[in-house]
Amino acid sequence: MPASQVIRRVGDAVVLFWLVVTLTFVLMHLAPGNPATLLVPPDASPADVARLRHAYGLDAPVLVQYARWISALLRGDLGESFATHVPVTAVLGAAAPISLGLGLASLLLTFVIGVPLGMCQGAHRNRAGDRLATVATTTVYAAPTFWLALALVAVFTYGAATLGFPAWLRLPAFGVHTPGASLAGWDAVRDVLRHSVLPVAILAAVGAAGIARYARSDVADVLRQDFVQTAWAKGAGPARVYARHVLASAAPGLVVLFALALPGVVAGSIFVESVFAWPGLGRAMLQAIGARDYPVVMAITTAYAGTVIVANLAADLVLPLLDPRQGRA
Amino acid sequence: MSSTARRRGHVDAIAGLSLATLALITLGTLLVPVLARRDPTAIGDVLALRLIPPGGRDAAGGFYLLGTDRFGRDLFVRMMLAGRISLAVGVVGSVVAAAIGTAAGAIAAWRGGVLERVVMAVADTMLAVPRLVLLLACAALWRPGLSSVVVVLVATGWMGVARMVRAQVLTVRALPFVDAAVALGARERRVLWRHALPNALAPAIVATALGVGNAILLESGLSFLGLGVQPPAPSWGNMIAGGRDLIVTAPWVALAPGIALVVTVLCCTLLGDWLRDRLAGEAGPALPDRA
Repeated sequence: MPASQVIRRVGDAVVLFWLVVTLTFVLMHLAPGNPATLLVPPDASPADVARLRHAYGLDAPVLVQYARWISALLRGDLGESFATHVPVTAVLGAAAPISLGLGLASLLLTFVIGVPLGMCQGAHRNRAGDRLATVATTTVYAAPTFWLALALVAVFTYGAATLGFPAWLRLPAFGVHTPGASLAGWDAVRDVLRHSVLPVAILAAVGAAGIARYARSDVADVLRQDFVQTAWAKGAGPARVYARHVLASAAPGLVVLFALALPGVVAGSIFVESVFAWPGLGRAMLQAIGARDYPVVMAITTAYAGTVIVANLAADLVLPLLDPRQGRA
Repeated sequence: MSSTARRRGHVDAIAGLSLATLALITLGTLLVPVLARRDPTAIGDVLALRLIPPGGRDAAGGFYLLGTDRFGRDLFVRMMLAGRISLAVGVVGSVVAAAIGTAAGAIAAWRGGVLERVVMAVADTMLAVPRLVLLLACAALWRPGLSSVVVVLVATGWMGVARMVRAQVLTVRALPFVDAAVALGARERRVLWRHALPNALAPAIVATALGVGNAILLESGLSFLGLGVQPPAPSWGNMIAGGRDLIVTAPWVALAPGIALVVTVLCCTLLGDWLRDRLAGEAGPALPDRA
């Protein structure tokens, strides 16, 4: 891809991000009611409300507030939480690594499981195994994440105790690590890993089910192409045909899918964080919603959108490397 | 019979079965609450009736197919009543969203210029925010409830369809029959709505069908988080939330509405897949933002 096109794509992404930032600002200002009245105790006088409105700059004209907010954003200042008076950047800084870890681990597993599964299904289309896998992926895909999470909690924590599962299968259901335990080194890592099994497994299962549905039809389409016939005809073995010809032509679609799958992982992780009490971005957002903590809601919304925009941009930029036809368009 | 014909028959059978199941569920949601002995939202003798397991009977010999919840309310009847709300929200939410998206996409493609750029910029901006996050941000602003869930589902659901319809209309308007209609003296409005749009609708119909299941999932998700349909009005999502802390002692309270949800969404997905194969063979499935 020529440099000018890269710059244009990046420019488009920056404009899109600015539009998202503006959208969240507009949304927050469409909200009925005056946020200042939510911040003061019920017995506060109107003068107190007015003073608070002034302190937060909420009495300025909307355009002035918008300009202030954008310029603060450019300086990396996201304001202060209405509820806890902690800087919003600190809230994000504490929550983001947890969500990022959860999201990346499950996204990785999603592809490691989903792509080979879909490829196998595409290669053996309409055989018994494919049918069975299709039933499984479609059902998992139709199940709400939070319900699957509750069902797994029931089986692997409480159920495991009554059904006599071995100790290593009794998985913890809440939190990122054992509260109050002072573990060090490998024990601490093992503790976090044990706590991650159920949340990551659910997100990966749901994601893999979606990806497999795609990869299956992708691969089945590629297998019908003439060049695959040619590859078989010239005597290439299955490993070579699938790796060099089928996967290579299906790869660009899968990269696009990676970007498209991200919002699903974000949505899923919000529920998973809620059920498993992981203090990530999703839970922070839910708490902020409960407390009408607009700065935090705005910041997390923009953070999620930023992630999606960056992922789409990355897919756009990587695509021509995998599929030379795309760069010339 | 050729193998393709047999396959098609097999696929049609799955679609038929899904449709029959959905019809049965719909019928159940309409009839069961009407025929029920007691009001499924009223709370009676809590101590005597609470948490009866599925298939159990109360002291008076009343039978409970799926047992009772913590307030002694019949879970099966409540589940059917909740189904009314969940199905209606899903269907209304996705159909209205698709209609708005179709109109926006068609008008944008037909008019072009600044209007097209603005509509598509708004659509792209809203698509950049994961739908659940957008839903949550809106839920933070307005009082949660049935009508706000529908409004929010529509407001966050029209963009994908708008983009698809716009692309289709742009393709279709270059085809000879559109020129023919113009040459025959049809007015512009008539050419768009009667000639171009009907030929551009296939992906919108598929997206709507797949969107129903998706909207049901999103509604249940919002209600599960307490930001959607508010108790005592039952929805599958808030019923699962209600069984959340009973998952050890009375797992059926959370599991039963979940199974209804999975079966319904599964049937919608299978029907949507079938429609896609029938109507828009070459267009791949849209990966919706699932809950």
